[in-house]
Amino acid sequence: MTTSTTETTPVIALPGRTAALLTGLGAAATAGSALMPWTWTSEYPGDLTFYGSPAGLQWLALTAGLVTLVLLLATQGVPGLRWAAPRRSSNAVLLAAAGAVAVGWFSVISIATDLGGLAHLEPGGWVLAAGSLLALAGSLGLPLDRRTAVPLRILDRRLFLLVPIAPVVWFATHAVPEDKPVAPVLTALAGGLAIATGGVLLVQLGHAANSWLRLGTVNRPLPAPRALPSWVEVALIVVAFAIGLFAITFGIDTEYGELFTGYLLLAASVVASLGRSGLLPRLRALTVKYQTVTTGAAFAAAASFPFTQTSDQYTSVATNILIFATVALGLNIVVGLAGLLDLGYVAFLGVGAYSAALVSGSPASPIHVQFPFWGAVLTGAVVSMVFGVVIGAPTLRLRGDYLAIVTLGFGEIFRITMLNLNGTTGPKITNGSNGIPRIPDLEILGWNLGKPTTIFGFELGRFSNYYLLMLLVTAVVVLVFARVGNSRIGRAWVAIREDETAAEAMGINGFRLKLLAFALGACLAGLAGTVQAHVSYTVTPDQYTFAEALPPNSAFLLAAVILGGMGTISGPLAGATLLFLIPKKLEFLADYQLLAFGIALIVLMRVRPEGLIPNRRRQLEFHEADADIPAQATGDTVALSKAGA
Amino acid sequence: MTTTDAPAPTPAPAPAPAETLLDVSGVTMRFGGLTAVNNVSLTVGRGEIIGLIGPNGAGKTTFFNCLTGLYVPTEGTVTYQGTVLPPKPHLVTQAGIARTFQNIRLFANMTVLENVQVGRHSRMHQGLLSAVLRGPGYRRSEQESRDRAMELLEFTGLAGKAEHLARNLPYGEQRKLEIARALASDPGLLLLDEPTAGMNPQETRAAEELVFAIRDRGVSVLVIEHDMRFIFNLCDRTAVLVQGQKIVEGDRETVQNDERVITAYLGAPLEGTAPVTETDQ
Repeated sequence: MTTSTTETTPVIALPGRTAALLTGLGAAATAGSALMPWTWTSEYPGDLTFYGSPAGLQWLALTAGLVTLVLLLATQGVPGLRWAAPRRSSNAVLLAAAGAVAVGWFSVISIATDLGGLAHLEPGGWVLAAGSLLALAGSLGLPLDRRTAVPLRILDRRLFLLVPIAPVVWFATHAVPEDKPVAPVLTALAGGLAIATGGVLLVQLGHAANSWLRLGTVNRPLPAPRALPSWVEVALIVVAFAIGLFAITFGIDTEYGELFTGYLLLAASVVASLGRSGLLPRLRALTVKYQTVTTGAAFAAAASFPFTQTSDQYTSVATNILIFATVALGLNIVVGLAGLLDLGYVAFLGVGAYSAALVSGSPASPIHVQFPFWGAVLTGAVVSMVFGVVIGAPTLRLRGDYLAIVTLGFGEIFRITMLNLNGTTGPKITNGSNGIPRIPDLEILGWNLGKPTTIFGFELGRFSNYYLLMLLVTAVVVLVFARVGNSRIGRAWVAIREDETAAEAMGINGFRLKLLAFALGACLAGLAGTVQAHVSYTVTPDQYTFAEALPPNSAFLLAAVILGGMGTISGPLAGATLLFLIPKKLEFLADYQLLAFGIALIVLMRVRPEGLIPNRRRQLEFHEADADIPAQATGDTVALSKAGA
Repeated sequence: MTTTDAPAPTPAPAPAPAETLLDVSGVTMRFGGLTAVNNVSLTVGRGEIIGLIGPNGAGKTTFFNCLTGLYVPTEGTVTYQGTVLPPKPHLVTQAGIARTFQNIRLFANMTVLENVQVGRHSRMHQGLLSAVLRGPGYRRSEQESRDRAMELLEFTGLAGKAEHLARNLPYGEQRKLEIARALASDPGLLLLDEPTAGMNPQETRAAEELVFAIRDRGVSVLVIEHDMRFIFNLCDRTAVLVQGQKIVEGDRETVQNDERVITAYLGAPLEGTAPVTETDQ
């Protein structure tokens, strides 16, 4: 995997400045196509039929084209734009152009298949398809950072046996009459084989493309940034977060699955290309330099989200994302720091929610009390913590796989117990599967969160109020995570994760600290649970399962932590946001949702095992063989600099 | 590095019988029918360096594990400064005995500095709440832990690599880091389990210097080793463990000239040469 031998050559040799010209032309055409109609009926969602008035996917194509164009000009050294590509790497342009192709061709294909035929494409659609492809072809002619040789990897030859077998099974499926008992088995087999064959061919194609393109992961050293006055640097951070808020708001507000898919494609390519161009690493260096400003800007951006909304349609989504993300962050203490694999974590969210529901004054609660908000929060957090200790005390004597299985069991025990405390199979406390409905809205210091509030002339609906409250809870959890993670206790947790025997020999009471991690994690999940009970009006046992198609559940929580990056703060927040939005927005995947999710997880873990936003340490751990990463670490920052070597 | 590569000095003359720090009496460890350690007694005085040698499988590491609470001895007692040691590793460390491991067990994905700071764990008392609130007491303790860890890194010559990941250190430095980490708990007695395994002669000599420097800090050392030259250069007394039993204890001459030791190592007495075995070079 070492990338010791690299070169800067084009993949397709083109004379003179043709490559840059073609790329520019293609990018401009892609952006320009957004001003033309793509289709001539308003049946396609977003209504892409106007001249000069971009809508929906057209905005994405416009962005993709402009990003490609700006990066191209920046790498060509056009004055005034050079900040966009400090590394001057044409690979960034290629990545952006690839994003333009992804967005453009996805749009065109989606229009053609949704409306039934290429005839539904207006010239704008053709310009888009041709322009983005031209940009990609042109960018392959730019001087790219490449490896000198990448041997072609061929998959195990036995896998290719699938290619003849799959069609045989397919025909057999059709040959067998449908009433035969083997028919459904064959159908399932044929489907599975089709997916497997497709996967094998795709991976092999990927290897072939990799061997042809030979794109290196060489990161050119990032030149030291021009010294700027500190107020400018702070302003840059604020601008970056404003753009971030805009981008995330756009994603949450997407109204139909096609737009969200396009959004994901664009976001991935823009992040990848700006990362390669050096702009994002520079920004990251700034955020490390001004940590307080960054945290403040992040929370300010998050807090201003409800003010960008005109209805409660998407603030309810955002509130649920925050709940999910906060719980994921709590789980990150248990999994990411202390290294305890907990597969029943959602039960603690449930304990918090049930506790809050019972003392909420709901008419369905057998305890006819209504605690004030602080009392409910305290109850939820403390009861959850007690459950954490009670469950942890016997289970934490186990290690590794055994702990995972036992926590999985406890998670299910919680749900089943809640089902059975229904008055017939147990004492009447939770109403069994009906749950505790009609939980009244919270009232904090006379502020009823259920009623619309007006702040600065903006009217905030019920979910906006809860969103802001939940953001406060998230802030508390972030604070606890950041501070405890970097303290004597946090170091002891990481030590236990790394080597429990050695940690004990260093004077660490392993059992007690693991119990502490478990209890703290449970407490934070319980905290989120108290708000969740009020947000969703009703708590039922089936909200707290191990796995289902919609978050939050234990499997998705764990996936959010691992997908985002273990041991970091922003990782689980980003992972949870994605894992919440994708199933929510891509309802057209319907029955294949879990399958797609599974495949996406496998691909991600293969390509980026350290998660989307990795802990720098874990990145070093997984990519030790890639010589460039330490170089990047020295070039970019700070936190783990090798300056002392 | 604080130590030099100058030839090893001869060991300081054994100090007058000092106050007893560690008193092991009649420790026996049985695993089912196997007696790994059989009725071993040993004392370590303050400021002493004691060696423990023996062929592979003699029960040296098992004996160590009995001392550090990893195993509970079947019979016998271990007292440290007059109190019987509790059978829990973290309580033993709390009491003042620190150890290193035969196969290096660093916290590989933590930085060098953090590794040493983890060693300070039992000497700090800041809990969860103070970590969240970050009062002045917390900051003072955190600063003190950092200073102390840096001081130990200076002592072992690793200060320049404080921010490296422990896993990225070369082998010899990982051994040093293990010692620095153990010293961070302010032990009265340091147990070293084969500190020079896999080292070249220069590194071994540097390790010798380091052990002497540790003794000069007022820490007694009990060391398991295969490298005889290292042991005899270093130790005030050496005990020989064969098949779980202590067969002899004494200074260099006593041990070197003991027939049973020679038999245990070589199978038959050998005349004229000193029984120097360097199994790891």
